[in-house]
Amino acid sequence: MSAGLNLTLHVWRQAGPNAAGRMVDYKATDISPEMSFLEMLDVVNERLIESGGDPIAFDHDCREGICGMCGVMINGAAHGPMKLTTACQLHMRTFKDGDEITIEPWRAAGFPVVRDLVVDRSALDRIIQAGGYISAPTGSAQDANALPIPKQDADEAMDAAACIGCGACVAACPNSSASLFTSAKITHLGKLPQGQPERYRRALSMVAQMDLEGFGGCTLFGECQEACPKGISIDSITQMNRDYLWASLTKREEKKVAGAG
Amino acid sequence: MGALGKFWESSVGKKIVMGVTGVILVGFVIGHMAGNLQFFAGADRYNAYARLLKHDIIELTWIVRGTLIVSVILHVTAAYQLTMRNRAARPADYALREPQVSTYASRTMRWGGVYLLVFLLYHIGHFTTGWFHPAFSETGTWGNVAIAFKSVPVALFYLGAMALLALHLYHGIWACARTLGFARPSANPLQRRIALVLAIVVSVGFSLLPLSVVLGFVR
Amino acid sequence: MTVKLDSKIPGGPLAEKWDAHRFEMKLVNPANKRKYHVIVVGSGLAGAAAAASMSELGYNVSCFAYQDSPRRAHSIAAQGGINAAKNYRNDGDSIRRLFYDTIKGGDFRAREANVYRLAQISVDIIDQCVAQGVPFAREYGGLLANRSFGGAQVSRTFYARGQTGQQLLLGAYQALEKEIAHGSVTMYSRHEMLDLVTIDGVARGIITRDMVSGKIEAHVADAVVLGTGGYGNVFYLSTNAKGCNVTATWRAHKKGAAFANPCYTQIHPTCIPQSGDHQSKLTLMSESLRNDGRVWVPKRREDCGKHPSEIAEDDRDYYLERKYPSFGNLSPRDIASRAAKEACDDGRGVGPGGRGVYLDFADAIKRLGKAAIEERYGNLFEMYERITAEDPYTVPMRIYPASHYSMGGLWVDYNLMSNVQGLHVIGEANFSDHGANRLGASALMQGLGDGYYVIPNTIGHYLASNKLGKVTADHPEFRAAIEQVEGRQRRLLGIKGKRTPDSFHKELGKIMWEKCGMARNAKGLNEALQEIPALREEFWQNVTVPGSGEELNQSLEKAGRVADFLEFGELLVTDALHREESCGGHFREEHQTEDGEAKRNDEQFAYVAAWEYAGEGKSPILNKEPLVFENVHLATRSYK
Repeated sequence: MSAGLNLTLHVWRQAGPNAAGRMVDYKATDISPEMSFLEMLDVVNERLIESGGDPIAFDHDCREGICGMCGVMINGAAHGPMKLTTACQLHMRTFKDGDEITIEPWRAAGFPVVRDLVVDRSALDRIIQAGGYISAPTGSAQDANALPIPKQDADEAMDAAACIGCGACVAACPNSSASLFTSAKITHLGKLPQGQPERYRRALSMVAQMDLEGFGGCTLFGECQEACPKGISIDSITQMNRDYLWASLTKREEKKVAGAG
Repeated sequence: MGALGKFWESSVGKKIVMGVTGVILVGFVIGHMAGNLQFFAGADRYNAYARLLKHDIIELTWIVRGTLIVSVILHVTAAYQLTMRNRAARPADYALREPQVSTYASRTMRWGGVYLLVFLLYHIGHFTTGWFHPAFSETGTWGNVAIAFKSVPVALFYLGAMALLALHLYHGIWACARTLGFARPSANPLQRRIALVLAIVVSVGFSLLPLSVVLGFVR
Repeated sequence: MTVKLDSKIPGGPLAEKWDAHRFEMKLVNPANKRKYHVIVVGSGLAGAAAAASMSELGYNVSCFAYQDSPRRAHSIAAQGGINAAKNYRNDGDSIRRLFYDTIKGGDFRAREANVYRLAQISVDIIDQCVAQGVPFAREYGGLLANRSFGGAQVSRTFYARGQTGQQLLLGAYQALEKEIAHGSVTMYSRHEMLDLVTIDGVARGIITRDMVSGKIEAHVADAVVLGTGGYGNVFYLSTNAKGCNVTATWRAHKKGAAFANPCYTQIHPTCIPQSGDHQSKLTLMSESLRNDGRVWVPKRREDCGKHPSEIAEDDRDYYLERKYPSFGNLSPRDIASRAAKEACDDGRGVGPGGRGVYLDFADAIKRLGKAAIEERYGNLFEMYERITAEDPYTVPMRIYPASHYSMGGLWVDYNLMSNVQGLHVIGEANFSDHGANRLGASALMQGLGDGYYVIPNTIGHYLASNKLGKVTADHPEFRAAIEQVEGRQRRLLGIKGKRTPDSFHKELGKIMWEKCGMARNAKGLNEALQEIPALREEFWQNVTVPGSGEELNQSLEKAGRVADFLEFGELLVTDALHREESCGGHFREEHQTEDGEAKRNDEQFAYVAAWEYAGEGKSPILNKEPLVFENVHLATRSYK
């Protein structure tokens, strides 16, 4: 295509978890504005492989903005300059010919770099393990319509449940806080009647795990909400704080009873 | 670890401590500012107000002072520990990170807070104990103020503190409502009207004193 | 030697088979369950549901995913919804109707008993998901909302905005994480299965590669369950995630598992067309758009270059409404896809390369108002605009079909066990329930049905009925498998040719799409059977894979997958060539009615084609499982 863009990329390269990394410059020539950002990286990588170079490792999978696997810092913004858009859905028409683009991995103590732009986000899974679920073993459910849920509650639960676990909130937060991620799950489940029995236990244990993973605290900068490709609101964080406070005030000791049954 | 210890150790618990102490301190600055405005009612009225606080209800004053001292200590300790935690949470920084929506106020909470703490200590030594005051009088509080703010550097130091207090309140009051969980869900959660009004009222109210003196409206 | 295909369909009336079978199956004593180790490969709807449910029962489970978290499996991308025969709308739905619709939609190429069971458990799936906190759409009264979907005449589809797959997967994922926390599931993220290990013909484990360290590892188990999804990426461009691959099922096939009906691939009609050669994947737009959008192309070829607003109403060909008056724009996927291809082949396609048709909302916006359309499809319209930079409220969308789902997969019996003892296959990876074509909103149903309700029951029967000896990773079969995997990896790294793995994948995709895509004929298929082996040959001589095996190496991962697609593609074409009929997603141009509709051949082809691997360089062996229809009448599918 004649209207191809010629760009300069500054990309973080790091051979492995313990290797030292550095920014390396690449020329990306004749890039179609119709390409997605990751397709642009594909093209750069294909050329690198063909010329005997070492392709840039980056995480990606669905390429339609829902799996949450992709995510890099693009010119200082998580997932790049477009609101409500993951890196895979960001298109090169957002950039101009001659632009310089800085590409870095998510940076947080809780997200150690694996290679180049790939980071380890297993901390987010462990936060879910700490209580981001409703204990309803298969087979134990009553009829789906037995418990009516006000539409607004269901809608608000869905708003929070839209989280794709990409980690952009952590990446964009000046404190590397995982509060938006954690609170989105607490809010999703806490809005639903099925989530009530474990609600306060969940708030305490998920927050404890979030801290344990080395994420920072929330200072309400609001950067997470802006970076979130799914538009999750910091109202979730308010909900988490409220649940946490209430849980702390009302927590009772669990009695251990042996030999029941 | 006990429940209280766990609460204090958690990042959310510490923020809640900051929020609760913040509420106390905001309440205090509003009251303090309102009381200060009596400066413009004349020396007698102002000195009588000071006498009330310093003599007539001194026991109550000490209860308030005690609460405030504990609040400040907790507020500052939590802020310091959270700041250290937040720094450790990003050991390697970005080559480039562009703030998108965070306000200047939110980004100046930390060093602004340090300035306010220094200011606070100076202010107590200045008007309460009189250590740093050139002509301190136990009974002439109105005069203490009127003399002190004739010094341009002192007035500027105070005005600077009030500007930072405005920023601190603008972010702090809004954040506090969210940290303590009583903010209602909003279509635009970043909007902070109440915080804006309070921040302006408090800082302008305080600033009227040094301004009026240094500009020569009050002699 | 041909494999024995015993479908193990229980006797008795259709509606009672599953109930009776559950009673007849052997149980594992609760105290003994933890002594059994089950491997689940894949963490999508089927895999995550299976791993969580088996763990809840007490089994010791290991679960593997190539992504960094089990939450990212491609089930997450399903938009539209999940079917269930709840009949909450009182509109005449029933288990029998869902069963019949699925059998008919699959063009009578699925097993009655499996499909009936699926319709039965569909009801429980919704209950289970709601209990887990899946935020399905609701009415103001607080009860669940439904919509009709993908050509169904009843409203039986449950949905969570346009993110139903995501919400269902997160439900299963959270259940899985709960079990991981409980300690009875061990999760292996960023691990790719590279071989199946059988001992004396019984599946006893797998070989994986740790994608971070590159370590090749052996995992021993009492049973292996594959929930590794479909092979749609054999076309290179598809709506599948970039990582979706055939490797797990293909390696199992090479270890003896029969591959059934690989030629049944579903092409989804409503995807965003390709914009250029750089395209890495195609994005699906939910089929629900066809509820309100009207599909058209210009009547005259010369109008194709014009702006759509300049084409007068009379000059537009609403071809679906014209050809299929009663179903119109809601015609089933295969029919809608093929009709789009015909229009484009006729030179009347629109957009880049002339491969696109319009999906126009102008009438719906006029009728219902922009706000109503925005409420229904707002997120989809945004997604479209993000990708194409065109506003579908004012300019008609352009859509084109793309490879989306694979109905074919490893052959399984009623218990979801393949012909290899101990190897179970669930979800899209098996062939079982959708026949030659899958109905919209049925993939989620089948994945979860297999995972939550079928496999947790049938695995116990397998474990209780077989005496499995103790095996360790030191067993010669494991060692041999590791050596084979390592050898292959060394070979890939050692070729150091000139072409990238992706370039081979693209070329394969082109062959597959052009010669074995929406419409197939003997000539094209025979050509493909020449071209694919030649391309494979070139691959093994001229591919270049940078880096080493002992690190995160995405090129190496890709090369291994492409190598398998290059073998699998040939089997797909072979199957397509052998099936001398048109049915569902498989359309042979030689077999059509006078007005261009698919013509089935029930006399000769009412069977499952289960292909057996015969060895390197040998033609695969065809095994047939006849399909017996006792409860439905084999009708011609007509949507006119």
